[in-house]
Amino acid sequence: MAERLITEADLDDLAVGAAILGTGGGGDPHIGRLLAGAAVRAHGPAEIVPLDQVPDDAATFMVAMMGAPTVMVEKVPSIEQVAAAVRALARYLGVEPTHVVCAEAGGVNALVPVVAAAQLGLPVIDADAMGRAFPELQMVIPTLYGITATPMSIADEKGNQGIFDTIDNHWAERLARSATIDMGCSAMISLYPMDGATARKALVPGTVSLCAELGRIVREARAGHRDPVAAVVDRLGGAELFTGKVVDVARRTEGGFARGEATLTGTGGDTGVEFTLRFQNEHLVAVRDGTVVASVPDLICVLDAETGTAITTETLRYGQRVRVIAAPCDPRWHSPEGVELVGPRYFGYDHDPVRIPTEVAA
Amino acid sequence: MRIGIDVGGTNTDAVLMDGTTVLAAVKTATTRDVTSGITTALDELKRQRAFDPAAVNAVMIGTTHFINALVEADRLAPTAAVRLGLPSTASLPPMVDWPERLVKAISGRAYLCHGGHEFDGRHIAELREDEILKVAEEIDKHGIRSVAISSVFSPVNAEFEQRAAEILAAQLPGIAVSLSSEVGRMGLLERENATIINASLRELADRIVDGLAETLAAAGIRAPLYLSQNDGTLMDVDFARRYPVATFASGPTNSMRGAAFLSGVDTCAVVDVGGTTSDIGVLQNGFPREATTEVSVAGIRTNFRMPDVLSLGIGGGSRVRETGGKVTVGPDSVGYRLVEKALVFGGDTLTATDVAVAAGRAEIGDPSLVRGVVDRSLAEAALRRIAEDIADAIERMRTSPDPLPVVAVGGGSILLPDSFGDSGRVHRPDHFAVANAIGAAIAQIGGMVDRIFPVEPGQRRAVLDAAKQEAVDRAIAAGAKPGSVRVVEVDEVPLAYLPGNATRIRVKAVGDLQVEAVRG
Repeated sequence: MAERLITEADLDDLAVGAAILGTGGGGDPHIGRLLAGAAVRAHGPAEIVPLDQVPDDAATFMVAMMGAPTVMVEKVPSIEQVAAAVRALARYLGVEPTHVVCAEAGGVNALVPVVAAAQLGLPVIDADAMGRAFPELQMVIPTLYGITATPMSIADEKGNQGIFDTIDNHWAERLARSATIDMGCSAMISLYPMDGATARKALVPGTVSLCAELGRIVREARAGHRDPVAAVVDRLGGAELFTGKVVDVARRTEGGFARGEATLTGTGGDTGVEFTLRFQNEHLVAVRDGTVVASVPDLICVLDAETGTAITTETLRYGQRVRVIAAPCDPRWHSPEGVELVGPRYFGYDHDPVRIPTEVAA
Repeated sequence: MRIGIDVGGTNTDAVLMDGTTVLAAVKTATTRDVTSGITTALDELKRQRAFDPAAVNAVMIGTTHFINALVEADRLAPTAAVRLGLPSTASLPPMVDWPERLVKAISGRAYLCHGGHEFDGRHIAELREDEILKVAEEIDKHGIRSVAISSVFSPVNAEFEQRAAEILAAQLPGIAVSLSSEVGRMGLLERENATIINASLRELADRIVDGLAETLAAAGIRAPLYLSQNDGTLMDVDFARRYPVATFASGPTNSMRGAAFLSGVDTCAVVDVGGTTSDIGVLQNGFPREATTEVSVAGIRTNFRMPDVLSLGIGGGSRVRETGGKVTVGPDSVGYRLVEKALVFGGDTLTATDVAVAAGRAEIGDPSLVRGVVDRSLAEAALRRIAEDIADAIERMRTSPDPLPVVAVGGGSILLPDSFGDSGRVHRPDHFAVANAIGAAIAQIGGMVDRIFPVEPGQRRAVLDAAKQEAVDRAIAAGAKPGSVRVVEVDEVPLAYLPGNATRIRVKAVGDLQVEAVRG
C-alpha cells in the first residue's frame, strides 16, 4: 500500500467505520471527527503509513482519550491537549517521537490519533492495539507480549500533566482512571511507547484504514441500494447472527461501567428466535435461543437493520430493528493469555469464549 | 372557552372549544403577515358560532413561522455566541459545524471566555468579569442585538450563564440574551447550536408576539395568549419572546395530539398520510415520544426536544409500479399534481390513490377510470405492500409490547387497512383537518427536569422522587394548577465511565392551566 494522507474528506467514513468496530462502546466518534477536522484544517492532513513500513528504530507513541464519552460531548477536548500528552511522555523518556499509534480502532479513539498526528506533524501508523474497542487500557495486544503501558502520560485541557511509571498494566489502568476522574472524567493519555520493531510485532495491522474502508463500504452500499450490513459482514469475514427487534433493555451501573442485557425477538428468517445481548459498555456476549453463539474477544456489532449504522449500547432501546453480526478478532486474543485478559470470565460471565460460527443454524 | 389556532405554511386553522367539545372549526389561508390570517380565522369562528370575546379563557397558537425563518435564512437577527469554558473546548468554537450560509445570515460572531463546570459541579475556571466586559464592547461595536450564552455543563449548574447574562444586560441595555441551560440538554455543541438559533429569532419573536397580542386585542379578546411548544405543552408570551426555538416542532406535535384527542385515546400511534409521505409518531399519555438522537435543523445539529417522527415515502400520490412480478409503492410521488396525474382524474400515472379506488376503498375522482381497468390483483398487492410498510414503521416506533391503538389522519389515510396486527380497529377521527388547532387548544402546562444525578446505592427512589418533585414544581411555576399536575414521563439512563453511578434522569410533569381553573 502506497503512503497516503488522511484528509478532511476521509473523516466521515473513518467515523462510521470506527463506530462499527466500537462494538457498541468506545464513545460516539462524532466529536472525534469534529476534532480531527479542526486539526486537519489547522495543520494539514495526517500521513498514514502501513505497519510493515515502520523502521526498527522508530519511536512510536500511542494516544487515546480516557474517561466518559458523555463528558467529552460536553467538555469538548482540545486538540492541543492530545499533542500535550505525547510531548509529556516524550520529554519523560527523552525520546523524539516519530510515529503516532492508535490504541483502539473502535469508537472515538480511532479519530484521536489523527488529531495528534495532524498537530504534531507526525505520521499515524495504520494499525491499532486492540483491533476493536475494549474498556480498559491493559486490554491491548502489546500486553500479551509483556509490553508495559507505562511510562505513560496523562494530560487535561487545563495544562495539568502527569506521568505514571507502574509495576504492571492493571496498576496503570487503576491510577490513570483515578487521575482521569479528578481531571473531570475526560483526559488524553499517551502510553505503550514502543520502538518500531516492537510495534510491528505487537500491533494489529491495517485497522485505521479498515475503519475508513468500512465507512466507505456502508456509504456506497446505501447509495447503490445494496445491503450495507451484508457488505460489512463480507469485508470483516464475519457472520450475521440474527435479525430482529429489541424488546427489552435492562441497564445498571457497577463501578462506573454500564452493564446490561438486551432482549431481542427475531423477525424475517429469524421469526420465533429469542436473542440476548450482554454488554458492559461494549457488546460482550450474544445468546441465541439460550446458546452462546459469540462472545469476546470476537467482535459483536449491532447495526441498524436498514442503514448499517452502528448502534451503541447506550442508545439501544425498545423497538429498534437491528441485525447482529460477529467478526473474528485478532487471533492472538484467542491465546490463553488473551482470553484471560479479555475473555468472558474477565467480564464476569461464567463460560469460555465462543468463537464466531461460520454458519448460523437457521 | 378557549381558542386554538394553528398557523401553518399554507393554512391558518382555528377552533373554539368548551372543555372537550369543539364548538366551531374553520380553515383559512395563511397570510404573509400572519396576523391578518388570524383575524380572518377569528371572524370565521364568530360567524360559525357567535361567542362573547370576554368569555374566552385562553388562546393557544401553534406556528411554524420560526422554523420557516431559519430554513429560509430570512428575518434572522445579528447574533453573538459567548461560550464559557476556557481553557477547555477552544478547538471547536461556536458554529464550527454550521453551514457557512447560515453563519452569514446571522452575521454570527463567536467569543470564548473562561468558566464552565466539571461533571460533578467543580468549576473548570472562574468566570472573569473583565472578559465578559470586553465581549460586551465587541458586541456593541458590531451592532449585535442578540446573544447566546453557553457554559460547559450548564445543565448541571447554570450559575455562570446567569452571571454573564447579568453583566451583558447591565452593559448593553435592551440586548436579548438566550441561555443554553434553558434551551437544550447535555451535549455542548448541540445545545449551543439550538441556543444560537434561538438568539437569532428573538427579534422576530418580539414582532410576532406583539402582532398576535394586538390582533387578539382588536378582536376584543383579553384572555392570556400561549404558544405551543415542541413537546405539546404551552408557554406564555413572555417565555415565547425569550425562547421562540421551543415552537419548532409544535406542528407535528399538535397534529398528533389533536388526532388522538379526537379519537379519545391518549396512548397510540398516529399515522398521518399525506400526498408524498406518511409520518408516524407515538403518543404516550397524550404526549409524543421525544427523539433521543440529535436532530438536524436546516443543516445544524441540535439536541432540543423534538417529537420522534418516522417518515415513509408513502402517500396518496406515490407512484405504483410492477417490475418482474414485484409491486412497489413510492418513494417518488406526483405530489400536489395528483389531481392531474392520477388515473382517477384522467391522468396517465398509476398512483396509490388509484389502487385504493380500484380496490373499492374510496370514491375519488372518476372510479370508472380504474375499476375494471387496473388489474385487481395488482391493486391488492400494492395496498398489501403499503399496509406492511406502515405496520412495520408502527412496530419500530412502539416502546412496549402492549397493544397500541392506531389513529389514521390525513388525505391519504384511505390507503390504510381497517386494522394493524393487534392494534384493533384503526381510529379515523372526523374533523382531522383541524387537528393541529385542536392540539393547540387542548395543550397543558409542563415542567421538565433533565440532568445527571449521582445515585448512591439504595438512594435511587429518593433521587427519582426529588427529580419528580422538581418537575412538578416547575410546571406549577410555569402556570399549572397545583392539584392537576401529574408526572407523565420518567426516563433514567446510567452513564458509562462516570464515578458515583451517575445517571441521567428526565422527568416531565404536566398540569391544567391555572387561569382556566380560576375562571371555572
